Amino acid sequence: MPQSAQAILEVKDLSMAFGGIQALDNLDLDVHGGEIVALIGPNGAGKTTFFNCVTGLYKPTGGDVLLTPPGRKTSRLNGLKPNVIAKKGMARTFQNIRLFQNMTVLENVMIGRHCRTRAFVFGAIFRPPQTRREEQDIVDRSYAILEKVGLAHVVNDFSKNLSYGQQRRLEIARALATEPSLLLLDEPAAGMNPQETHELEQLIQRIRDEGHAVLLIEHDMKLVMSLSDRVYVMDYGKRIAAGSPEEVSADPAVIKAYLGESDDA
Amino acid sequence: MMNRAEIKRSLGVSLWFVFLTFPLMVVRVDSINETIEWRWMNMLWVGLGSFVLSLVSRWYFRHRETRASNPLEPSGVSLQIRSWFTDPKHRWPLLALLALIAVAFPFTFSAYQTNIMTTALMYVVLGLGLNIVVGLAGLLDLGYVAFYLVGAYSYGLLNTHFDLGFWTVLPIGALLAAIFGVLLGFPVLRLRGDYLAIVTLAFGEIIRLVMENWNDFSRGPSGISNIDRPGFFGIDLTLNQSITYLYFLMLVMVVVTIFVVNRLQDSRIGRAWLALREDDIACQAMGIDKTKTKLTAFALGATWAGMVGVIFAAKTTFINPASFTFLESAIILAIVVLGGMGSILGVIIGAFVLILLPEYLRALSDYRMLAFGAIMVTMMVFRPQGIIANVRRRYEFKGKVS
Repeated sequence: MPQSAQAILEVKDLSMAFGGIQALDNLDLDVHGGEIVALIGPNGAGKTTFFNCVTGLYKPTGGDVLLTPPGRKTSRLNGLKPNVIAKKGMARTFQNIRLFQNMTVLENVMIGRHCRTRAFVFGAIFRPPQTRREEQDIVDRSYAILEKVGLAHVVNDFSKNLSYGQQRRLEIARALATEPSLLLLDEPAAGMNPQETHELEQLIQRIRDEGHAVLLIEHDMKLVMSLSDRVYVMDYGKRIAAGSPEEVSADPAVIKAYLGESDDA
Repeated sequence: MMNRAEIKRSLGVSLWFVFLTFPLMVVRVDSINETIEWRWMNMLWVGLGSFVLSLVSRWYFRHRETRASNPLEPSGVSLQIRSWFTDPKHRWPLLALLALIAVAFPFTFSAYQTNIMTTALMYVVLGLGLNIVVGLAGLLDLGYVAFYLVGAYSYGLLNTHFDLGFWTVLPIGALLAAIFGVLLGFPVLRLRGDYLAIVTLAFGEIIRLVMENWNDFSRGPSGISNIDRPGFFGIDLTLNQSITYLYFLMLVMVVVTIFVVNRLQDSRIGRAWLALREDDIACQAMGIDKTKTKLTAFALGATWAGMVGVIFAAKTTFINPASFTFLESAIILAIVVLGGMGSILGVIIGAFVLILLPEYLRALSDYRMLAFGAIMVTMMVFRPQGIIANVRRRYEFKGKVS
C-alpha cells in the first residue's frame, strides 16, 4: 500500500458529551494517504457521532481534529462549519441516505462541485464566458464521476426514483465531486445485496487508487475484513482496539463487545 | 362502475351537508315582520349538489388510484405545456403571438381593463420574487408583503420629502428591500418550517404596524398622497396615457424578471437553493454555505417586491399601511402554490388566475369570493403540484444518454 508518513486526518482525544452522556470519550484515530480505514463497533457505540464531530455537524466538547490534505498545511477543524470543512477536503455520505430527492441525479452531483466553483449572482444573471466555462466544467466533471460509479444511464432521473443501491452510489458520487482528500462513508453497504456489495467493494478500491483516503463505518464484516488496511473498534464512545483486520478480529475485547461475556468459559 | 357502498356514503355526506347548512340555507328569520321563512327548495339543492359532487370526487379518486401515479410528479399536462415553450418549432410563434397580444392589449381594451392587467402583471413579478424564496429555496415566507411596503414607502417618502423621481427611486427601493431582506434573514437563519413561517409573519406585521403608528415618519394610517406618476422624458401624460405607460413599464419588468429568475434558477446559486430546500444538512455537508445561500434568497426575493412596491406607489399615487396587510402576503403565496412551486410558467398563470378571476367574477357579486374559494380548494385537491409543475432541466451528452 502506498502510505505517506503524514496523516491526512489526525484525531486526538476527541470527546463529545450530550448533557451527561459521554458519546465520545478521548478517542484517537488517524488516517494516512492511500489508506482504507474502517471504524466498527456495536450499534450505539458512537461511530456516527464521531463522523458528525469530524465533519462539523456537531461541535466536539474536547480534543483536536486535524486535517492535512496532501501538499497543504494542517488545519484544525474543531468548531468549523460543515461547508468550510468540505472545502478543506473532507466529504461524507450519510447512513440514512440524504440525497436531494427532487433534483436529478446529475444535479445532485453538480451540487458537490459548488465549493470548487465561484459564480455568484452577477455570473448567474449575465453569464460571462468564464461562468459558461465553469458551468460546462461542472457538468462534464459531474458526468465523468457518474460514469465512474456506474450511474451514467440515469443522469436525468429524479434521485428519489433510483434503487437503494444506486442511491448509495450517488451519495458517494456527490461526495467525490467535492474533490475530497479524505472520504467518509457511513455504512455504505447497508441494505445492499451480495452483488451490490461486491460492486461497492470494487468502487471503494478504485476511489482509493485514485488518491482519496477512505474512512468507513460498516457492519458487514466480510467487507470490512477484505477492504480495509486498518480497523478501529469502538464501544461506548471509547476506542477498544486498533490494528490490522486480523489483529482486531482476534482481540478478546472486540469479541466481548460484539458477543458479550461468556458465562462458562 | 358505482358500487352500492359508494352511493351509500355519498348519501351520508349529502345528509350531513343538509344538516350543516340547515340553519344557513333553509331557515330565514324576518325580524321586521317577525315571521320565519322556510326555504325547503334550498335543502333539496344542497342535498342533491353535495350528493353529486361526492359521487364525482369518489369516482375521480378511485380512477386516480388505479392509475397509481404520484400526484406530485410532473404529469403529462405540465410537460405538454412546457414543450410548447421549449420546442423551437412552437416556441417563437407562440412567444410572438403572446407579445402581440400583450402589446395590442391597452389599445384594444379600455383603461379599466388595462389597469387590471397592470395589477395582474405586478402580481406576476411579486409571485416570481416570492417563488425564489418559497419555491426554490423552500423558506416559507409569510411576511413577503413587508418588502413590497418598503419599496412603496421608499418612493412615497423620498418623493414627497426630497422630490426624487420614479426612475431614481426604483433602484433605491430595490436596494432598500434587499437590505430589509437580509435584515429579516439574519434572525431566521437557524429557523425552518413552521417557526420560520411564524417569524416572517410577525416581521410583516411589525413593519406594517410601525408604518401605521409612527405618524411623524409615515403619516400613519392616513398615508401618503399625491405621489408623482412615473416620468416619461419630462413629457406630461394624460391619465389614460400614463395608464398605458405603466402597463408597458410593467410588461418590460415582467420580461426582465422572467429572464433573470430563469437564469438564476439554472445556475450555481439556483441549484444551491434547491439543495437547501431538499435537505439542509446534506447541503452543508456538500460544501454549500447555508448562511450565504439563505441570505441571497431572501435578498433577491425581496428585491422584486421592492421594485413592484415603487411601481405600486407610482400607479396609485396614494399609499397607506392598509394596502400591505397579511392578506397580500397570503395572495402572493397562493399564486406561488397554486401556480406550481418553483415553476416560472406556473407562477405566471397562477398570478393571472388569482388576480383576474376575482375581477371577472364580479358578475357573481356576493358569491364571487365563495366561487373563488371553491376554485382554489378544487385546484389543490386535484392538482396539488400546482397548475404547472416544476420540471427539471435535462442534460444531453452527445447521444450517450438513452
